[in-house]
Amino acid sequence: MNLRRDVFQAIADPTRRAILLLVASQTMTAGAIAANFDTARPTVSKHLQILTECELLEQEQNGREIYYHINAKKMKEVADFIEPFRKMWDDRFNKLETIMKKYKSKK
Amino acid sequence: MERKTKIDAEDGKQELVITREFDLPLELLFKAYVEPEIVEQWMGTKVLKLESRKHGSYQFETSDAQGNVVFRANGVIHEFVPNQQITRTFEMENAPFGVQLEFLEFEELTNDISQLKMHVVYRSVALRDQLLQLPFAQGINMAHNRLQDIVSKLKNPL
Repeated sequence: MNLRRDVFQAIADPTRRAILLLVASQTMTAGAIAANFDTARPTVSKHLQILTECELLEQEQNGREIYYHINAKKMKEVADFIEPFRKMWDDRFNKLETIMKKYKSKK
Repeated sequence: MERKTKIDAEDGKQELVITREFDLPLELLFKAYVEPEIVEQWMGTKVLKLESRKHGSYQFETSDAQGNVVFRANGVIHEFVPNQQITRTFEMENAPFGVQLEFLEFEELTNDISQLKMHVVYRSVALRDQLLQLPFAQGINMAHNRLQDIVSKLKNPL
């Protein structure tokens, strides 16, 4: 399994989370994004590459410039990622509750 | 009255807490964790062994319609205090997730309402996040597929 391009690995990094926050409010070029960080430009580029590869960011060519913007759909998936796990336990526990209610009334 | 399961999984931590209130007296909730035939029903797996005592161990196994084993898990029980607490390990066999430590706390809220708090500690943050994604990720590897099967089975009514 390739973990490096995993969305959750991607957002585990604080710089990448900061980039996502920054780009969330407006579409930006790589240069404009890099200007917000003390990190070296190639490092920011690498972060942008990772975020783009796991589809959290999307690129848009506009003349000579490449603009980055948030992929809202992917972001929503990440925000909701815990829900199926919660649902799994909720279903189990609902079942447990139903079984034990019957068990109680049998007695 | 509908009672909801809550998951607290703080960012960057290798643990999570599952909390749930049950419309059940404490004794009945605890019984559902101790009686093998009851565990089988709500967990949707066969219980091969369940020794509910300190130093006891347990083994679960699920087979598909053709009788192939699709899921097997085991663990040991470290602490067993009736109607209060179970501390145990849990490990899926033939899966890359390793062992996890589970602290189960049972509490009486009223005569008819009880609460379970399940504190789960994983080996690493990455492993926790991977396991959280399991029901969500599709077909990344065999273990994922197996769990998907189990989850979809659990969704069917009894």
